[in-house]
Amino acid sequence: MAELRLAGRPASPGFAEGAVVRLVEQKSTRISTGDSQCEAHDLKQAIKDALASISSLADRAEGEAAEMLGFQVAMLEDDALAEAAFESITQGNSADHAWRKALDAEIETYRAADDEYFRARSADLEDIRDTVLDHLSGSHAAFSVPPGAIIAARDLAPSRFLSVDWSKGGAILLSEGSPTSHVAMLARARRVPMIVGLGEIPECASSVIIVDGALGQAVVSPREDTRASFLARQSADQELAVKAAAVETQPAVTKDGTSIAVMINIAGVDDLARLDPKICDGIGLVRTEFLFGEGPHLPDEETQYRAYRRMLEWAEARPVTIRTLDAGGDKPIAGLTLDGESNPFLGVRGVRLSLQRLDVFRVQIRALLRAAAHGTLKVMVPMITAPFELDTVRALFVEEYEALKAKYISAKMPLLGMMVEVPAAALAVSTFNADFFSIGSNDLVQYTTAAGRDIGAVASLADLRHPAVLKLIELVASHGRSSGRDVSLCGDAGGDSDLIPFLLRAGVRSVSAAPSLVGRAKLAIANFSFEKAGRA
Amino acid sequence: MNAPQMSSQAPVTGSALLTNAVGLHARPSVKLTQLAKSFSSTISVSTDAAGPWVDAKSPVKIMRVKAPKGTTLYFEASGDDAQDAITALLDLVERRFDEVEGDDHG
Repeated sequence: MAELRLAGRPASPGFAEGAVVRLVEQKSTRISTGDSQCEAHDLKQAIKDALASISSLADRAEGEAAEMLGFQVAMLEDDALAEAAFESITQGNSADHAWRKALDAEIETYRAADDEYFRARSADLEDIRDTVLDHLSGSHAAFSVPPGAIIAARDLAPSRFLSVDWSKGGAILLSEGSPTSHVAMLARARRVPMIVGLGEIPECASSVIIVDGALGQAVVSPREDTRASFLARQSADQELAVKAAAVETQPAVTKDGTSIAVMINIAGVDDLARLDPKICDGIGLVRTEFLFGEGPHLPDEETQYRAYRRMLEWAEARPVTIRTLDAGGDKPIAGLTLDGESNPFLGVRGVRLSLQRLDVFRVQIRALLRAAAHGTLKVMVPMITAPFELDTVRALFVEEYEALKAKYISAKMPLLGMMVEVPAAALAVSTFNADFFSIGSNDLVQYTTAAGRDIGAVASLADLRHPAVLKLIELVASHGRSSGRDVSLCGDAGGDSDLIPFLLRAGVRSVSAAPSLVGRAKLAIANFSFEKAGRA
Repeated sequence: MNAPQMSSQAPVTGSALLTNAVGLHARPSVKLTQLAKSFSSTISVSTDAAGPWVDAKSPVKIMRVKAPKGTTLYFEASGDDAQDAITALLDLVERRFDEVEGDDHG
């Protein structure tokens, strides 16, 4: 089969290669006794057995794993957990049905929580639910995964993680999941590569898959050259990691003394939890889609305001560039994006959608204006194609700013810039009234080469080094210099050591990369010299 | 931290601000309930001085509250060791549940 690339959210760094083991959620096959006293007895026994098995896992576990299992034990020991289930059994329901319904209701309250840490605990509650269900149906011994396997699943229970032998390698690929889940924490502690939010993971029985946890990338049936570059990355990784860590908090300067700004891309407040702001010159891209995908409702102004404000406070005085909602294309959001577009990448996405859904857009604008009072905020608008789009957005910002001021609500007009990702916008860059420009290299490459990065068969055409792409980047960088406006680049290329020399030669002086790639980007910059590039 | 109020009949009360990074989360909830269970008094906890109150010995009920960082926790205890219980619980919250900040969150 052809090579297939999957991209998700990094949850634990590291490399792996192997066969995929797909975990299918099993439905309980238990047959009800039809007698509520027997059902209550069976549930009581299953809870007792589950407690015993989790306790024995906990006794063997260490550190954080032990504490996580301790939490499950504490929850199971608490009669309040099964109260609703026993109540339901007295009304004639079977033990497994009653338990599942009661726990699902409990889990739902976690999933709907505002705080991602609480949302992530839903996986622990699911673990508790399934362990008891397994004991009820007698299938608790069924789970077994060969050592070194790459597990593909919707989500993974912590107790299942702990029952796998990871000493032979392996990795975890989840179509859902969260980087703050207990299983992600366990994976980081055990150095098991893990990617979450991969979406649909296609059936690929018996095929080989390679996993790069730090990049959040997995490739099914990799081509020989893909695999070779993966192996090279893997072996260089160890050596580089040591060097990168040493320069991470240092300023980035080329060999011949040109300073380059290195910023970070983030997709949520929790991405900042373990990061030192000293590693970067600011946040170059905040993907706000994270706020829109997780709860049952679109986020209100207060929720957005709090999230943006926390980022600004984290950055101290450094600039924070927040991108307005970039839904559509490969990022559908229920109740917001259009279904069934024949070509979503050429359809209503980014600012095109925001301008159609002013009810949603105005909420985000107000939250941004209020947050701007707490730091150095820059707002960038995705998918700008024609000048009137940015003018319309600017008018909306002014309108909402005046409205907030009239109500004596603290607010500030941020700098308003645009993403340059549509070739038409790059070619006509001087016609836009933007305070700054940020080159979205991923989309700029795919629109310029007419080759989707997610389509394996044409992925090699989607190359930033194509002279047409480099020319567009040069055009934007030179317009920025002559008009005195900042130009940055925030696609994957910004953190790619192999591509950074091309960006610098094209005139880019500010890049933004995933936090885990900052040290490596700074190394690539330190090894680069303009003089040498000019002669070559 | 408000000093525990003592009287012969009325329950002992006290309050403290949650300042650990992740609020009243999995690990902190377990620590809090374990500590509460070491006292014979009836102990309740709330995020509002007016209630609703939940049993401080039930991790399930405490997790249902989903109290984030910055929440004020109110405690109320009745029984022989109520005074000691409140002092110990407030101390646990003030010590940020002995969590290592900046570490992975449980």
